[in-house]
Amino acid sequence: MNKYTFALLLLCALVAPRAHALNVFACEPEWGSLLHELAGDAIQVDVGTSALQDVHVIEAKPSLIAKVRRADLIVCTGAELEVGWLPQLIRQSGNSKVASGPGYFLASDQITTLEKPAKLDRSEGDIHPGGNPHFQMDPYRILAIAKALDARLAELDPAKAATYKQRLDDFTARWQTAIKGWEAKAAPLKGRKVVVHHWSWIYLLTWLNMEQIGALEPKPGVPPTSSHLASLVDLTKASNALAILRAAYQDPKPGDWLSERTGVPAVTLPFTVGGDDKSKDLFGLFDSTIDKLLAVQK
Amino acid sequence: MRTKLLLLGVALAAASPAAIAADPASDAQLQALDARIRALEADSQKLREQAAAALAAADAARAELEKMKATLQASQQATTQEAAQQAQATAAVAAVAAPADASAPNPGGANGNAFNPGIAVILNGNYAHHSLNPDNYQRAGFAIVDGGPIPQGLSLGESEISFAANIDDKFYGQLTLSYEDDHGGASTSIEEAYIDTLALPDGLSVRLGRFFSNIGYLNSHHTHTDNFVDRPLPYQAFLAGQYGDDGAQLRWVAPLDVFLEFGGELFRGENFPTAGANRGGVGTHTLFAHAGGDVGDENSWLAGASLLDAKTTQADDGFSGDHKLYIADATWKWAPNGNTKDGGVTLRSEYFLDQRDGTYSAPTGDAIDLASQPALDPLEDPALSQPWVGDRRGVYVEAVYRLNRSWDVGYRFDKLWAANTGPYASDFDPVRNSVELTWRNSEFSFFRLQYSHDDPTRTTTDNALFLQYDVSLGAHGAHKF
Repeated sequence: MNKYTFALLLLCALVAPRAHALNVFACEPEWGSLLHELAGDAIQVDVGTSALQDVHVIEAKPSLIAKVRRADLIVCTGAELEVGWLPQLIRQSGNSKVASGPGYFLASDQITTLEKPAKLDRSEGDIHPGGNPHFQMDPYRILAIAKALDARLAELDPAKAATYKQRLDDFTARWQTAIKGWEAKAAPLKGRKVVVHHWSWIYLLTWLNMEQIGALEPKPGVPPTSSHLASLVDLTKASNALAILRAAYQDPKPGDWLSERTGVPAVTLPFTVGGDDKSKDLFGLFDSTIDKLLAVQK
Repeated sequence: MRTKLLLLGVALAAASPAAIAADPASDAQLQALDARIRALEADSQKLREQAAAALAAADAARAELEKMKATLQASQQATTQEAAQQAQATAAVAAVAAPADASAPNPGGANGNAFNPGIAVILNGNYAHHSLNPDNYQRAGFAIVDGGPIPQGLSLGESEISFAANIDDKFYGQLTLSYEDDHGGASTSIEEAYIDTLALPDGLSVRLGRFFSNIGYLNSHHTHTDNFVDRPLPYQAFLAGQYGDDGAQLRWVAPLDVFLEFGGELFRGENFPTAGANRGGVGTHTLFAHAGGDVGDENSWLAGASLLDAKTTQADDGFSGDHKLYIADATWKWAPNGNTKDGGVTLRSEYFLDQRDGTYSAPTGDAIDLASQPALDPLEDPALSQPWVGDRRGVYVEAVYRLNRSWDVGYRFDKLWAANTGPYASDFDPVRNSVELTWRNSEFSFFRLQYSHDDPTRTTTDNALFLQYDVSLGAHGAHKF
């Protein structure tokens, strides 16, 4: 091997694209967890928000711009949930890979949503034209999104398509078994009524055949007012409500106030991965949610 | 009389046998009716019995149907239960999955709308009470160009409408038209009209058109996102509120864990602080760098350094020559769990250094309030000029405490340092203190109350009270940090 060949090889080694794991930016922890199920260590995942943050009103902060800048794929909820910050992140990062096309994955595009408003008027509160975006609490929608996301990973990273396929099959089997378990366990909750803090639970309640009878927020996204809370006292008492539900990031005060006056327990549900100690992944999220509901079902 | 009675008696006698004779006939009729009633009763009894029979038959049929259903269900359940459940689960997933043809471009995306541009309208108005008449307002060491006090009494603030959308796969465009009440003279102007590239590789992006320069922190932000009713003194004095011009911008974001962007701009050099479109219509050059990141989950920071370098001919403050403006900016935000809309503190400061090397000749026209010109008798003739070489500086520091989603309170300190020599020489440095209270009904509307204590010259003080409304309607805005 003469020195020119060596130099050429060295140059090739330096400029050749290094086998680089896909960088994925997940707007919310549930998609970070789903990506881990589908790809494990085959990809590098950055999660933009935590379970203790209100993802409706995140700021386009510099650290998030830096994360989006390095991403090959962004995975977000969609349905206008991130409308106040994600467009800024994409534009400010200057990352054309995730601005549109295969690098831009919105979960809301993969499923049907509930509560699409018939009338778009902000006097109705913070409504989403694309429907209610809190569908991570429906395990069937999670599975539909998992299939679409897996196909997207394989499209962007064909070399690892077999790994993604195998992990999807494995996840699907475990998830379907888990769904059966959750449905059996949650049977006593059927028909029970709840008061919610924000319109966050429609998918969970629909899945478990439960019913929402009122919300602490007078309109979606409008903070609870004392007059509105007072108007819920009689309704909550009269309908033998199971619980007052709120997400980990929500202010506990309004729910506690109503709980004190009605005797109906206020329950803080994780809402996403990381929302409590048990919710370390998607399985834990549903385990914990159902356990917490059953704990007040006595 | 007698005959009459007789006739009556005969008539009665004739009538009564007829009546008696009718009795047997009516008996017969009654009997006939009775018979008919009995027949009808019998008929109705029969019908009732028939109806009961029919009902019984129907009940029997229903029972049969139920039985058949039960049998059917039983037979269905008898098929392999596992497979049935599997099918059910698959169906449940399929039911919630988007239809297969939903690969169509998602409505929304980075925009508010599929094809129509997202349209956003900002409405903004003020009530101001100044103890010092704004018409007589002068600032020691600085010209008042556009960025003077908000007019006394009721006035419409900067109200604007903007249209924005992706143009195609490679470009994004935005147009912002604004209306401003410019000390009595209303003006509608193209505030921004630019296109951004979307498809350049490696974190590069280019902006072309008319836009606000990315120097400093506040300069690229629209005033409706400010924390105070008016811009800080350095922005008023050095940039007439905000520097925007016709130009081109190149930005690059580094692929690092921390946010790091570098960029530069070329501008025509027609708007204050520049004028005259020198250097062949590329009179202003800028450079900027910003860095930012998080410290833990609850703290975020952003800092930057910028330079504006301009060659100017007869700007609105009378300056001609070489002009350099250096800006250093820093922002720190702390919020419990990073929920900045629900609580926490924002600290921000910017420092300005303004260097002039040129000449002064008194501005002509009405671009400048004559009262604010320096009283230099030999210079009343615009043909005469005097040297203008020297530095001026300015700073502001603001702190805003967010109590909850609805309320915030803030304090701001602004100071300018005048030059000791030159046309606006002054040994007094203007200083101002402001406090504000903001109430937000939603992320789309707020009301703000602000009090400012302003000492623009050694001998004057302006105590000002402002009440501002600011709303946005239409497309949901996405704001910068």
